[in-house]
Amino acid sequence: MMSIRNTLLLALCMTGTMLVTTIAGANVQPPVAADNAVAETKAVQAPIKTISTASADKEKKSNSTADHAKFKELQKDFKTGPEVTQACLECHTEAAKQVHKTKHWTWEYINPATKQKLGKKNVINNFCTSVTSNQTFCSACHVGYGWSDDNFDFTKEESVDCVVCHDTTGKYKKLPGLSGHPNYESMEWPPHSGKFREATDLTKIAQNVGKTSRKTCGACHFYGGGGNAVKHGDLDSSLVNPKHYLDVHMETEGLDFSCAKCHLSDSHQVSGSRYAPTAVDTNGVLMRGKSDGRNPTTCQACHGDRPHKAEHPKLNEHTDKIACQTCHIPEYARGPLATKMTWDWSTAGRLDENGHRVQVKGSDGRTIYDSKKGDFTYDRYVIPEYVWFNGNIKYTLFGDKVDGKDLVKINEFMGTPGAPDSRIWPVKTFRGKQPYDVANETLAIFHTAGKDDSAFWGNYDWDKAIKWGMEAAGADYSGEFKFVETEMSWPITHMVAPKEDALSCKQCHKKDGRLEGVEGVYIPGRDANPWIDKIALLIALLTLIGVLIHGAIRVYMNKRGE
Amino acid sequence: MTERIYIFKRFERFWHWSQALLIMFMMTTGFEVHGLYTLFGFENAVGFHTTAAWALITLWIFAIFWHFTTGEWKQYIPTLDKADAMLKYYLTGIFTHAEHPFRQTTLTKHNPLQRLAYLGVKLIINPLLWFSGLLYLFYSSWNAWGIGWLSLEWVATLHVIGAFMMLVFFIAHVYLATAGHTPTSHIKAMITGWEELD
Repeated sequence: MMSIRNTLLLALCMTGTMLVTTIAGANVQPPVAADNAVAETKAVQAPIKTISTASADKEKKSNSTADHAKFKELQKDFKTGPEVTQACLECHTEAAKQVHKTKHWTWEYINPATKQKLGKKNVINNFCTSVTSNQTFCSACHVGYGWSDDNFDFTKEESVDCVVCHDTTGKYKKLPGLSGHPNYESMEWPPHSGKFREATDLTKIAQNVGKTSRKTCGACHFYGGGGNAVKHGDLDSSLVNPKHYLDVHMETEGLDFSCAKCHLSDSHQVSGSRYAPTAVDTNGVLMRGKSDGRNPTTCQACHGDRPHKAEHPKLNEHTDKIACQTCHIPEYARGPLATKMTWDWSTAGRLDENGHRVQVKGSDGRTIYDSKKGDFTYDRYVIPEYVWFNGNIKYTLFGDKVDGKDLVKINEFMGTPGAPDSRIWPVKTFRGKQPYDVANETLAIFHTAGKDDSAFWGNYDWDKAIKWGMEAAGADYSGEFKFVETEMSWPITHMVAPKEDALSCKQCHKKDGRLEGVEGVYIPGRDANPWIDKIALLIALLTLIGVLIHGAIRVYMNKRGE
Repeated sequence: MTERIYIFKRFERFWHWSQALLIMFMMTTGFEVHGLYTLFGFENAVGFHTTAAWALITLWIFAIFWHFTTGEWKQYIPTLDKADAMLKYYLTGIFTHAEHPFRQTTLTKHNPLQRLAYLGVKLIINPLLWFSGLLYLFYSSWNAWGIGWLSLEWVATLHVIGAFMMLVFFIAHVYLATAGHTPTSHIKAMITGWEELD
């Protein structure tokens, strides 16, 4: 049995696709459709499709005992996603009930340690910030159909989207603005591109369902934060078909792990969680049949906690202080894609002389300014920051006090330097500026996407966008907003490098090395008592000078004697 | 005619010089691990240091056995007899070719200052290095041994203090090796076993 803690939420990652949700009192109903607003979100959503390329031609033959193409239940001309789901449920009678209990469905998670109400529905991040008032768009990454506002019925079984995770054709794509639906008719996509996306062939897709894959999980999780590689840095579409160097486990030509190989699932509950990660695992290998409520997604669950060979005994002694990831993921964003490092919303809304949206590209072709979003920076081969982490993460949630004086830690990795319950972890820390309500002293929720007169992406009016967003969240807006610096961290745990590329000793065991400034641990080569070193070296030096003088006098006296 | 006296037996000489090499090597690798410079590379330095430590421990075991079975340990019983004369000799007499105040015999092969210095090495510096070094080496067993409360920082710091003490001893020792009856008499004795007396 998996505890909730272990359950996972792949869903988290999507936060960046802008999410939001629930929060009562909101009478928000951005129209579903493709037009200006949709168009402008394309950057944000590019995800859901692009993934298919490279691996498509080497699709593996399924080893399943069932060929869904032969099922009579699936010999239908399906018109909508929910119709497909109803067909699935004819045989998989309990599937939707299971999914209803997952974070993939609820977008809600209560942290048992802090009692904080988390989940994409509740958390504000510093990418696209919040789902609330933007469901029509955000729900492109929800495992359901029709979530467009607070009236969504979370109990309806046919609203579960089975195929978004179980598609094997690569042709299924939920489009932002369609409240979690794919396009059922031919539709211009991306908006105003002149290109058209054919109507989704639901019958073919339904007849070809199978296990989840890097592609299906990645359709959302690689695109968190509004685009490929944006949010996590250790998750992007290069992991669909990774080489050895990028990820030793997922390497297509090698072990070829799917996500689910580590993120073991039970009753649709996927293990491994960013809300309540397992920072310390001192257990050995997790044997088949055992569960003990352990998170099966840790490195230790397969490798044990003393994984290094006998010829390197010292390496195993590091496991009491540092997480495996610290050495074995020396850099993130090691594929061809850069990850976003900063996002300054405060500069958003600058228009050209004709009142049109401005987009500025850097020399490498990446957008570094967009009127809709503000300024960005990116980076590749990023050296993580390192923090002591015990698995608890404290969030600054909507309503939590933000007075604008201090940097706001949207989430804070808890941990005690040197303590047995903590390890040194690599993290990506994402920094930005985003609006807060000055008088109400809270991070602001604002309405980004929608075909209305308030969505920021289209109207560029902060006041209106915040007013709409705050109302959707059931809160008052004081009418005064400013921007506050924020930072948010993500554990780095994917893109595990081959052992040859793991950190070398010297990268930490020296002054100004990787772990400079990380307290609570004595690192030979980095640490020394400066006084002892100085005094001792001085004594040694004086001794040397003393004997040299002594010797010189002897030589001199000797010569004189002659 | 110079008088010669057989002071250092074959094992003793072997012990001295192999220990000398090991200690020099361990200081070189150890101070690299401590971060004072880069020579072999951290990982190699750690490996070499550890291997040399085991070699030195093995040597010590033999040396201790030898000292006790031969009774040679008595050579280190401290005495202040003639210590002041030795000190005076090192401070003044040595410059003026005064007579060396100490005459070696096979039963007293070290002058009183040597006795004190070597006893200090054996009772203070070596145990300090040995114990802190072994603790360092068996860091991962601390919890199992019930000494998980130990701080690596303290153990490492004691080890470093021991190492610096050894360095100071080493400098003085190498120099004072030239301060025998003739500048080379001690060194020759350590090589051949025979000490030349005036």
